[in-house]
Amino acid sequence: MKPSSTIKNLVNYTMFAVTGLCTVIAVGILFFILGYLVYNGGKSLSLSFFTNLPAPVGEMGGGMANAIVGSGKVLLLATLIGIPIGFLGGVYLSEYSSERIAFTIRYITDLLNGVPSIVIGIVIYTVVVHPMGHFSTFAGGVALGIMMIPISVRSTEEFLHAVPQSLREAALALGAPKWKSIVTVVIPAAMRGIISGTMLDLARVAGETAPLLFTALGNQFWSPGWNQPSATLPVMIFTYAVAPYEDWHRQAWAAGFVLLTLVLLINVTARLALSRGTYVPRG
Amino acid sequence: MSSSVTVPESALPPRGAQSFISRLKAGEEIAYLITLTAGVTIFLITALVLYELIAQSALSRHKFGWSFLFTSVWDPVAGNFGALPFIYGTVTTSLLALLIAVPLGLGAAIFLAEMAPPKISNMMTFLIELLAAVPSVIYGLLGIFILVPVLKQSVVPALKSVFGALPIFDGAFYGMSIFSAGIVLSVMIVPFIISVSREVLLSVARDQREASLALGASQWQTIWRVVMPNASTGIMGSIFLALARALGETMAVTMVIGNTPQIKASLLAPGYSIAAVIANEFTEATGDLYLSALVELGLVLFGVTFVLNGMARLLIMTTAQKGAHK
Amino acid sequence: MSLEGRTSSSPQNPAGGVEEGMSKAPASMKLSTQDLNFYYGGFQALQSVSLDFQENLITALIGPSGCGKSTFIRTLNRMHETVKGTRLTGQILLDGKDILKEDVNAVRLKVGMVFQRSNPFPKTIFENVAYGLRVNGFQGGKTAIHEVVEKSLVKAALWDEVKDKLHQSAFGLSGGQQQRLCIARALAVEPEVLLLDEPCSALDPIATAKIEDLLFALKTETTIVIVTHNMQQAARVSDFTGFFLLGRMIEFSETNTIFQNPTKKETEDYVTGRFG
Repeated sequence: MKPSSTIKNLVNYTMFAVTGLCTVIAVGILFFILGYLVYNGGKSLSLSFFTNLPAPVGEMGGGMANAIVGSGKVLLLATLIGIPIGFLGGVYLSEYSSERIAFTIRYITDLLNGVPSIVIGIVIYTVVVHPMGHFSTFAGGVALGIMMIPISVRSTEEFLHAVPQSLREAALALGAPKWKSIVTVVIPAAMRGIISGTMLDLARVAGETAPLLFTALGNQFWSPGWNQPSATLPVMIFTYAVAPYEDWHRQAWAAGFVLLTLVLLINVTARLALSRGTYVPRG
Repeated sequence: MSSSVTVPESALPPRGAQSFISRLKAGEEIAYLITLTAGVTIFLITALVLYELIAQSALSRHKFGWSFLFTSVWDPVAGNFGALPFIYGTVTTSLLALLIAVPLGLGAAIFLAEMAPPKISNMMTFLIELLAAVPSVIYGLLGIFILVPVLKQSVVPALKSVFGALPIFDGAFYGMSIFSAGIVLSVMIVPFIISVSREVLLSVARDQREASLALGASQWQTIWRVVMPNASTGIMGSIFLALARALGETMAVTMVIGNTPQIKASLLAPGYSIAAVIANEFTEATGDLYLSALVELGLVLFGVTFVLNGMARLLIMTTAQKGAHK
Repeated sequence: MSLEGRTSSSPQNPAGGVEEGMSKAPASMKLSTQDLNFYYGGFQALQSVSLDFQENLITALIGPSGCGKSTFIRTLNRMHETVKGTRLTGQILLDGKDILKEDVNAVRLKVGMVFQRSNPFPKTIFENVAYGLRVNGFQGGKTAIHEVVEKSLVKAALWDEVKDKLHQSAFGLSGGQQQRLCIARALAVEPEVLLLDEPCSALDPIATAKIEDLLFALKTETTIVIVTHNMQQAARVSDFTGFFLLGRMIEFSETNTIFQNPTKKETEDYVTGRFG
């Protein structure tokens, strides 16, 4: 039996090319998306986009100032709700809970993570919007906050776990009570990872549209306070893109460009910070 | 307690209470309780989600029973609601997405895990993971204004000229369709398949590859006959994950699927998905039954993605354990 | 060919005396390396190793951890090429032809390898053994493949234990059986040389004895090179032994000589247990 080495090598090189092509296509898609957004969005972007309120149909010069502010408020509330719960939950999983309880909570967290975002919107509508009687920025913040929890829990737990046991033991051996050792030693050691994880979490919900459709809804004007419906960037993109007005399409591109830039910037920063290295013990 | 002074038992506070109080003062119990509360809160929130879904869909569930899943009528005026067109749309678009994304994604994963030099592999993986961060609504934007026109002008005419006789390519193509939604979805799930499959492939034990190479197999033969079989459960898991993601996708699908509750054989016809109909009609639903039917659709979607995600995690965990043994 | 690393006594020259520089290995030398130098990046792992492996004999390579014996054996079927950043200079001659210049897959068909820990594929027992045939375009039909599989399992002293479960998963076998399966797998492509890199290090004494027995039977058809950290094993099994230390081949001779009458002090220190 002698090998048919030419056929073997030929197939080898062919598959190298084919799989390489798949990779190029996959990566190419990213550049494709970026390219179109930069081109179409960039040319539609102007100062008025950032400073003006939406104009009535047919009038030019409208902007999305209220949507930008609205997104900011909603995300702020989401962070205030989601991160503390997620972070503390992660601390509990990593530092305090027994293995069985931890398994249950992890399972539940994964369950929550798998809930489609539109379903979260339904639930918050029933639980917040309906009793309040109106849509609101608050409801939007709650919806996004709940979406932030699972990722925050998992990433906190993961980074706390990565801190070597010897560090905890060193603190305890010096007489520190457990909670102090966690707060002053373990958490700081994991901090870079936790912050990066939080940023990635934020970037993810910043682009979410579906849950806002039934919670914050939308608004042509400013939305003072937290109790009124509010425009948000992703929802505006959706509304404008599916409408039949040319001017609105251009604004949708501009908004898409702004949103994507924001999301990608946060992502790249967080990932680079992560890859720079998490806790590295000395010696 | 060793002490030279004997203290009468009754003078001391009960042992358990004393340690609890001192722990409380030291902050220990507080910290524990705070974090425990967070854990319990998560539990409660999830329970609330489930509860609301079940409670708010009760009206519809009691009225229609299981036939809800098999009826294809969606008539808000007459109060007749059936999930079938949406189930059909959701399943078809997702399967079409998988059909495109799995070969493409696996091919790229193989290249990145087995063939590319580490630096290039890491950089490309980084870029591909950025793709996963692009919001759904942006994919929708590109879908409406870039993809659909291209499909209308070049791709579909070409497809029809070759395959036009097939029922799946029958009929006129106006842009918004199951086909367009499937393609947009495939682009959205490719990064997940690549990212997870690549990790799974990398975790296959080195000496499996070496054993194959030592028998005179080429690199591709090794990948196809040894590495992939080793990684097969994990790769299945990645596909399930991608599928679960595709099923729940809302915005991009809503923007290009055509929003027509119908079941047609042709992929070129407009359709509707579960997430899309909820997104479009929830705020305009008049009447409790209408709303309840929409919530029931949400419950169906939740159930399916829950099962898929569970299976996916199981599969991926199994591969990770296999690799660890070596 | 440098004189370094060559001891005065060699199979060709039992009377002793230093070899003058030979440019070609003698005909009955199945496999030989000439002035092999190996680098991991900047670190030199092998220095000027020149060794001859006589046909149809068992040669053992011994030495303390990190001495380079595993690195060395992996060059003999060019497995070192699977790791990036390595560099090899020198020649490796199989029947007089430098394997570094031939098609690597063809080389690996002639020079087979069994690894330190058994690594059966996630396939049936049958398909594990048949793997080498399948990837190399074996021309025979189903019966022919079955014959080869049976023959290889017999040679690996495993046939009786698995003949009724050929189509069950290889993972159902014990550790020792899996390692014999890997030997059968390597034998199926009928290699002229078989390399074994510490094949028994993960096995118990009974499993080890079974493998040593089959090696004895095997050497009539195959040239065998075995790396072992177990000196008793080397003494039991091999005809020739080479002692490695810090990347150099210190002494190479008939096994009896190495263990009872070594020439170099380092060899003596090692085999008497003074270090390593």
